[in-house]
Amino acid sequence: MIIGLDVGGTNTDVVLLGDKGVLKVFKIATDPNDFFNTVLKSLQQILKGIKPEEITRIVLSTTLATNAIVQNKIPHVGMIVAGGPGIDPFFFKTNPYYFSVSGSIDHRGREIEAINYGEIEKIARELEIKKIKHVGVVGKFSVRNPLHEIQIRDILKKSFEKVFLGHEISGNLNFPRRIATTYLNTAVYPIHEIFFNNVTKSLAEKGIKAPIHILKSDSGTMSFEASLDSPSQTIISGPAASVMGAMAFAKDDDEILVLDIGGTTTDISLLIGRVPVMSPLGIEIGGHKTLLKSIMTRSIGIGGDSVVKVFDKKLEIGPERNGDAMAFGGLVPTPTDAIVVLNKLKHGCYNRSYKGIASVAKKIDISVEDAAYKIFDLAGKKIFKEASDMIDIINSKPVYTIHEIKKNYKISPKKIMILGGPAPYFSKHFEKLFKMPVSIVPRWNVANAVGAALSRTTCEVTLFADTKQKIACAPEEQFTKKITSHFTKKEALKIAIKLLKEKAIKVGAETNDLKTDVIENLQFNMVRNFRTIGKNIRIKVQVTPGLINGYDYLVK
Amino acid sequence: MLKAKYKTGLVFFPAFDWAISPTHPEREERLLYTQDQVIEEGIFDIKGIKEFKPEPVSKKDVQRVHFCVPDVKSVMTESHFISAGGAKTIGSAVLNKQVQKGFALVRPPGHHAMRVVRGARGFCNVNIEAIMIEYLRTAFNKKKVAIVDTDCHHGDGTQDIYWHDSDTLFISIHQDGRTLYPGSGSINELGGPTAHGTTINIPLPPNTSEKGFLYAINNVVMPILDDFKPDIIINSAGQDNHYTDPLTDMNFSAQGYAKLTEILQPDIAVLEGGYSIEGALPYVNVGIILSMAGIDYSKVKEPTYDPDSIAQSPEITRLIENTCKQVLSFWQQRKKIKESRLRDLQKFDKRIRTIYYDTDDLLETQNEIIHACSKCSGTIKIESSIKQGQNICAVHIPINACKSCIDMGYQWFALADKNNKFDKIYLQDRPKDIFLEGK
Repeated sequence: MIIGLDVGGTNTDVVLLGDKGVLKVFKIATDPNDFFNTVLKSLQQILKGIKPEEITRIVLSTTLATNAIVQNKIPHVGMIVAGGPGIDPFFFKTNPYYFSVSGSIDHRGREIEAINYGEIEKIARELEIKKIKHVGVVGKFSVRNPLHEIQIRDILKKSFEKVFLGHEISGNLNFPRRIATTYLNTAVYPIHEIFFNNVTKSLAEKGIKAPIHILKSDSGTMSFEASLDSPSQTIISGPAASVMGAMAFAKDDDEILVLDIGGTTTDISLLIGRVPVMSPLGIEIGGHKTLLKSIMTRSIGIGGDSVVKVFDKKLEIGPERNGDAMAFGGLVPTPTDAIVVLNKLKHGCYNRSYKGIASVAKKIDISVEDAAYKIFDLAGKKIFKEASDMIDIINSKPVYTIHEIKKNYKISPKKIMILGGPAPYFSKHFEKLFKMPVSIVPRWNVANAVGAALSRTTCEVTLFADTKQKIACAPEEQFTKKITSHFTKKEALKIAIKLLKEKAIKVGAETNDLKTDVIENLQFNMVRNFRTIGKNIRIKVQVTPGLINGYDYLVK
Repeated sequence: MLKAKYKTGLVFFPAFDWAISPTHPEREERLLYTQDQVIEEGIFDIKGIKEFKPEPVSKKDVQRVHFCVPDVKSVMTESHFISAGGAKTIGSAVLNKQVQKGFALVRPPGHHAMRVVRGARGFCNVNIEAIMIEYLRTAFNKKKVAIVDTDCHHGDGTQDIYWHDSDTLFISIHQDGRTLYPGSGSINELGGPTAHGTTINIPLPPNTSEKGFLYAINNVVMPILDDFKPDIIINSAGQDNHYTDPLTDMNFSAQGYAKLTEILQPDIAVLEGGYSIEGALPYVNVGIILSMAGIDYSKVKEPTYDPDSIAQSPEITRLIENTCKQVLSFWQQRKKIKESRLRDLQKFDKRIRTIYYDTDDLLETQNEIIHACSKCSGTIKIESSIKQGQNICAVHIPINACKSCIDMGYQWFALADKNNKFDKIYLQDRPKDIFLEGK
């Protein structure tokens, strides 16, 4: 049996899955001040009457790190960055204890300027005085050669609890994003570590020995242990849980738009051939643009409990939420109240909802029923516009080869899957707005927890080979290999796949669950003075996000 | 947070799957390290910098500028359609006011491509700036355009296309033609009779450094632009004046290019040549982008940069000052000389030239006749042939043509049609924006 647990901003959903499908579901309000307690309470509920040894896998999706960052409740850490020629690293300053130091590596990974040991030692002393325990180190082009980051860590490691290095966090280029990502990783580490210790301890006390996984923003999972090295990957896993929830029930390979209508927000994502569309660079959170791989998602501040207001005779919805809908004891009118007035939702207190919508109707001089419809319609239209914009943006992404321009592939979804509390009430309306069939994800109100439960372990490997310098390396994996000048792209790909499989197993994948694919596979002849002097090879491979083996029955 | 002072659009099209030949300077690898640097610097994440996807140009876009022999498809590859499209996309984004400035980092380049195109010259098949400009003229009704070509090689193709157009100011700063391909670009090349003075050449001696380039920009280019008052300024931003470029002999730098861009303030820049793909391009391109966007570029320096070792000699400084003085005096006398040239002519002017397509090894002979009109730029007729045959006659009616020049264009076209000597005849009617073909 598998437990899937999704700690959302409003509610925490937990499901128990067995061989024949969903056995148990449970929903509690999230306590934003005590995530551990929320997790513990929901696990206790779901485990009632279940023998601990029957549990084979637990997957958590939490907003712990997300909230810490968004609310800026993160501790002080140290950041040391080595820029070299280019934009002044001062512009990428992430936090007060941020130091730009000497040392430079170029685009092919060649050392241009060495680091200054004295400079680093001086910074180390300063950070120690400030009682800083965790430090992030990032060099420009460190993903081509991590030498400087490693040298700096070796100076720091005796004085600090944990040092995070930029090249270990992502294999992708983008120095400012690498700085931001390393910073977030370093800063959420202590918070995540406490949560990790609490959860592992209490599960052990309950006698549960099953592997614990944590959902990442790319819609794959990693083992709980692995998350200690990259806690930032757990940021914004909510939309990943919902897209996986839809995937668990997606019948075919079509392009599908997935809408998760929650209490506070609606998350929009896309599935193509049962694989989520990925964001090209990485998540943006709390003003930080990162390299954290993530599904392409847009979140709009419109949900069932969004505040409905009238401003200058114009109706406005969201983005803020002010407690529950009036139907359920809240104080301000919401789209949920409009749905109650329209008789679509039979729960809650009709009279309270009517009163709320009437106050809106009065301000715009229309009947209460008309106002309810207008609110409902506006919420739908706003979600429609956001989804259309997102598709336009994906379709206007620049490409760098003639081949891709000629292919001119454009996404145009043919159907919609919706989930989340208010999902059933919007389905007909979306059919009209989007002019395509809409299906409600089975178990729509806990589908995200089902998605989390069934997500496969994913990871990525970037390999770079330069036959002139006779070196193949995957710095993220601490892999370097001497090669000959005859080294080929085929060999590079073989090494990359091998590294990928090893990594996947290390971070929690099952050996029979490694669907891999090649994201980048490029080879350039390096020519100097009209002579070919070598090849520059770039490979990127990944374990494709998807469902773990053996749970296809959900689809049927 | 880093923010652009000027909202800047970029098209980045490195054509990672196209080369003239595997070891040619114009090959897949050319913008690879530039891409690495631009991405590693996080340029596309800067607030106010926006990347655009290039839309390939159409046949019609090309035919506004060129007479392609025998036809458009035969002289262009997909890559040329996209490269010119990159320039067009960025030009449109600037004139649509989506951005204030734009830079097309595209390949292959175009500034050696002349009005008649039979193949590739100096790595260029079609003139990507001219295709962009003529599109912008038609779509946005822009009249006065200035092109400042800062590639190390003389922009002979752009010069040829705008030789007779007094609404287009073409200024080329380049290594002296006596020491470098294509050989042309002396200060005496000043334009045709109806456009005398709006072609300007500033040849600089080998080993010119930052000081010399910036002197020419400050003392010649900027005052002339102030006089001309263009609606848009375009920079053909070749990067082969760099001290590490393998094909040229100049001593310019990333800091120099960024400063030049800051002074010039082009609305649109289009990448041309530049073949020091590791030592120069990554840094020069980052420098130009930051400078266009109005962001601090003071730390953008090549790892090998040493200003003292590339400083120019006093003798070079003197030579440059003399050239600049002469160019300025030609500019100041341009109206007087134009009047006298038109007065001396008997209705028509002639140019007889041979043009060599080095990449494709073709030698073309051109006979060009222009109506030396005092009311417009004057209709042009070009008869062109190569040894292998393919005689053509091409008529160009300029965008500002007067009634008699329009009529003359159609007469020439009709007459050529009756003449059996031509394999193909073409007519560019720019006022009506149409292209006709015969035989």
